[in-house]
Amino acid sequence: MLGLAYANLKEHFLTTALSVMLLAIGIGMVSFIVTVSNQLNDRFNRDIRGIDMVVGAKGSPLQLILSAVYQIDNPTGNIPVSEARRIITHPLVKYSIPLSYGDSYGGYRIVGTDSVYLRHFGATFSSGTSWSGSMEVVLGKTVAKSLEMSIGSHFHGTHGLETEGEAHEEAHYTVVGILNETGTVADRLILTSTTSVWDIHHHPEESDEHQHGHADEESNHYEDDQQITALLVKFKSPMGIMQVPRFINEKTSMQAALPAIEINRLYDLMGIGFSTLQAIGFLIMCIAALSVFISLLNSLKERKYELALMRSLGASPTKLFALVLQESLLLCLVGYAFGIILGRIAVMTLSTFGEEQFHFSITQVAISEIEIWLLPITLFVGVVAALIPALRAYKTDISTILRNE
Amino acid sequence: MLSTKDLSFNYPQGATFSFPNLNITEGQSLLVLGKSGSGKTTLLHLLAGLMNPADGLVEISGVNLVELNGSKRDKFRGENIGIVFQSAQFVRSITVFQNLSLARSLAGLSANNELAESLLNELGITHRMHAKPSDLSIGERQRASIARALVTNPKVVLADEPTSALDDENAALVANLLQRTVTGHGAALIVVTHDQRLKNRFQNSITL
Repeated sequence: MLGLAYANLKEHFLTTALSVMLLAIGIGMVSFIVTVSNQLNDRFNRDIRGIDMVVGAKGSPLQLILSAVYQIDNPTGNIPVSEARRIITHPLVKYSIPLSYGDSYGGYRIVGTDSVYLRHFGATFSSGTSWSGSMEVVLGKTVAKSLEMSIGSHFHGTHGLETEGEAHEEAHYTVVGILNETGTVADRLILTSTTSVWDIHHHPEESDEHQHGHADEESNHYEDDQQITALLVKFKSPMGIMQVPRFINEKTSMQAALPAIEINRLYDLMGIGFSTLQAIGFLIMCIAALSVFISLLNSLKERKYELALMRSLGASPTKLFALVLQESLLLCLVGYAFGIILGRIAVMTLSTFGEEQFHFSITQVAISEIEIWLLPITLFVGVVAALIPALRAYKTDISTILRNE
Repeated sequence: MLSTKDLSFNYPQGATFSFPNLNITEGQSLLVLGKSGSGKTTLLHLLAGLMNPADGLVEISGVNLVELNGSKRDKFRGENIGIVFQSAQFVRSITVFQNLSLARSLAGLSANNELAESLLNELGITHRMHAKPSDLSIGERQRASIARALVTNPKVVLADEPTSALDDENAALVANLLQRTVTGHGAALIVVTHDQRLKNRFQNSITL
């Protein structure tokens, strides 16, 4: 009977293809949206874990979070070390991580920081060690793989975050370490000491003795006349979140942004888009169900003699009911399979685009939880769409139909 | 093998039919002639168990068809009765050979490719076995229809106006094939028709 159901669907190829296409688009859209949204949430949450506050120059708080935590936007500006020190030494601060950035290489950002950054993201070395002097860098796993660099490789950083930026020809960086994959933003960064970033932007009036030999210094040793781009802060207790951001925003020239609040705001904005696209996906699935229903109903009208004939050959009404149901379920299964493939293609396309633009890739090979749920939903759609046509087949009045042949 | 007793049928619109008693044994054939509206097709549907009579019984191999409930009657029909329709209906999405296999499958019988092939060969359409029914000529379709009616090894074959749509030559051919093949396989054959051309081709006939 399954073979017959397949042959019947093949016989009405165009209407079958239309229904399959509609189902595939609906399922593909839902699968794509949920995959992207889950992976974005997951990635965002992993990068933000353990960071209670970000301090930077005044401007958009979301921009500060995106640039300092996720390294996907331009910085709001720089802040003086002398001001940052007030936060670093604040009694409610457990630890802080200075960040200095603005240069890049091969499209990957060069970030000046200290060893706490590596510890914060749980980074371990696949080869080499951390920087011990100025102009030494550690590469994230993705950077090393993409730029095909190894220990001892040299390169000149370029000014700005674009690949076409002006190169800093006067000094080159040396790779001293490569990190294992962390699944965080650290994979996509070139990390070095803060003094390296200061050295590369060295100005003649600045004292040479201030530029070198500070690689392992912690934040409270940075020179007061220098600047950093941002400061990632972890508080000792929730009291810090209550008091320190207000103090910074009201009493200093800096701004404090709370990642949890800003990212929730971003989720809300993106969420509307995701929900809308997801709703459109489900709507298309409903239209597909209607298409399956109409296609089965039309097909049954054409095949009423066939059904009567099958009854005369000994088929029970239940068998005809099952045949129509099988046709619908088969069609839905094919639509589901094509939908999952379509979703994967869309994810791969977006991933390629995201990799080029933001070094942010989305990978989804295994069947996700939502895709597992989509299977019974699709089959349910198939059963609902087939119910009336199948009942009609069940109630076929063979004698009347055959008399009118 | 097949007998009827006091068989009658009432249509809701008012038409009432009472049919003469029939008695036919295996290998025999019977022609039922009648004008349009004389109840020929009604009789055939009653014999096939496609309708319930108002009164009377239809007995095939000792089983009263009227007393069988829905699914049992379907199964009995599939196993014991072959039907040849006027316009030789088929399942269009599958080939002639697959239609024959489907008939056995719907009757709850195991596949028997050899029997299907030998029937098609006997009826001279082996070369069309893998063709779709829509690609067959009217004559070929009618022959394929006879093969399908016999592929379940039925005890009775009922044919409804099998020659009405055919010209003289093909009508004679199909009538001969039908009689020879059906009775040759030991089944009883009942043909209902208004086609007077068949009158002299059957030894036993009744007129409604």
